[in-house]
Amino acid sequence: MATAPTLLGHNQLVRPRQPGSTARRRNLLFDVAGISPTLALYGAFLVVPTLFAVFLSFTNWDVIGPIKWAGFGNWSRFFSDPVAHHSLLVTFELAGLSWLAQTPLAMVLGIWVAGTQRYRAVYAAIYLVPLLLSTAGLSIMWEDLLFPQYGGLAWLGAHLHMAFLDHNWLGSQDLALFTIVVIIAWQFVPFHTLIFQAGRRAVPATLYDAATVDGATVRQAFWHVTLPQLRYSIVTSSTLVLVGSLTYFDIIYILTLGGPGDTTRVLAMDMYNTGFTETEFGYASVLATVLGLLGIAVAAALVRWTGFGSMEGGQEGIW
Amino acid sequence: MVATVPRRPTEGLGRPATAPRRRRAPAPTLSGVRGRSKAFRFASFLLGTLWLVVVLGPIYYMVLTSFRDSTQYLTANAWLPTGSLTLSSYTAMFHGSGIGTLLRNSAELAAGTIALVAALSLLAAYRIVRRGSRFSAVSFRVLLFGIAVPIQAIVIPLYFITTKLHIYDRMYGLVLVTATSLIPVAVLLMVNYLRLVPRELYDAMAVDGANQRTVFLSLVVPMARPVLAVVSIYAGLGAWNNFLLPLILTQSNNDMVLPLGLYRFATNSQYGINVPVVMAFVFFTMVPILVLYIGLRRQFVKGIGGFALR
Repeated sequence: MATAPTLLGHNQLVRPRQPGSTARRRNLLFDVAGISPTLALYGAFLVVPTLFAVFLSFTNWDVIGPIKWAGFGNWSRFFSDPVAHHSLLVTFELAGLSWLAQTPLAMVLGIWVAGTQRYRAVYAAIYLVPLLLSTAGLSIMWEDLLFPQYGGLAWLGAHLHMAFLDHNWLGSQDLALFTIVVIIAWQFVPFHTLIFQAGRRAVPATLYDAATVDGATVRQAFWHVTLPQLRYSIVTSSTLVLVGSLTYFDIIYILTLGGPGDTTRVLAMDMYNTGFTETEFGYASVLATVLGLLGIAVAAALVRWTGFGSMEGGQEGIW
Repeated sequence: MVATVPRRPTEGLGRPATAPRRRRAPAPTLSGVRGRSKAFRFASFLLGTLWLVVVLGPIYYMVLTSFRDSTQYLTANAWLPTGSLTLSSYTAMFHGSGIGTLLRNSAELAAGTIALVAALSLLAAYRIVRRGSRFSAVSFRVLLFGIAVPIQAIVIPLYFITTKLHIYDRMYGLVLVTATSLIPVAVLLMVNYLRLVPRELYDAMAVDGANQRTVFLSLVVPMARPVLAVVSIYAGLGAWNNFLLPLILTQSNNDMVLPLGLYRFATNSQYGINVPVVMAFVFFTMVPILVLYIGLRRQFVKGIGGFALR
């Protein structure tokens, strides 16, 4: 692998001598001046809200009245609440199914599209289009495509004698979650394809030359060269799929509102309902905190496994 | 006077940066390994093409449907442009949806977010890369943590805080919060780029007697132009397509943005029932981004990939 600079790239360079305390103080001054505006926004709209979410989970608040301390009341309710447990279950189902639907497919497509053939670059450019669309737009597009009886899929079913295509995809208790998984995959597989494409391009050609010299078959080269070389891409992609689907909200809000019944009511949806519909913001904050902890835990695992914080990974696919 | 400013930070580092139009060394393909069969190639071609159809199919259906009227929608071939196509859905959309206000609001949100994110993250990243004090190092670590916080988990406090600050249901309030949600990744992208600038350039300018302002405006800003484009696209897409934050932080029609307006339109009992008009609306919101994408594909790839591509 080509040597890439570490995140704070001047590590390897000689650290400049600090020419006295005046210069040091001036540097500090410039740093404060340059970074403070960013930190101010970040503090006000990210750090404070994060802490405040945890605080609110120990209170009862209905927007109109004052915020009342509730101790561990909301938390003990969470641990014995079958509704919340079901939401957690659906959330994990969505995350698992999304991983299965997205990561392997994106890996195959990414490796394929990383090839040098010109038409594959065109394919890659078109693959990206779903990422340009707003979630609201593409959800509504899919809703009408899947509409029972009148939608495009139902039309195909009726005219090509493929009756299995005509279902109430979003309105059936058995199908809704799978349909949501497919729509989410349609939106995000391109993103992960991008990750694998960059990862595959960063694999040095010499490794394949060596494999050829050793008489490796295509399959052996894949298992012993490509796959191990793609491990960072695999971990990055998997983590982002998991974090993304553990906290998923938009498509579900737009298309099913958690229904039919509670079949697609993920944790984020449950949190929204509890807070903004039933105005139980204290208990909703418990759900939000759980959501945040899940996301941060998975992201922390990413940092652990890939050394993300030190940015050892190759940069060559990108800049 | 000021030292000559190289166009690319990596000049002299032996690492080609973004441009001149990087024609990468051809990526090695597995075909270098003997034994790849024609059948295998064909199978992977089929899979790639199948996915292309899956990507384009729904979009094609939407565009085709948008050129029908509500009668044809029920009777005509759903996948082939048979019968007479019409623009009536588009005229209906312009009359019934208040789309002018929505467009203006979305443009405001995107422009404000881009300006704020680009300016703040460049300034911060420059100081972080200079490594002048512990303050910048600690700030960077703190900012990176923000990438891990899912925005869904903090919408309730955001609702509370914006209400208390009287910026709830205000466009600039929405801009501030949207920008903040994008800043951590933007800073990371900027830092990753600027750290490739050789320290000697700053030092040379300092020796020439340039002050901080001059260094920033005539060295950092010009050099950061490629990454500024990428960050702007990242921020612009994040703002233009955002649904959750406008849903939580705005209420009135005056401040409604496109994705939210589209959702309300499609679920409205009067208009939503007319599928071609809804499809025209969806397609209309996509067009600006698609046009930009055709012109700026490479920057889009980096902007979309964000920190995941490294």
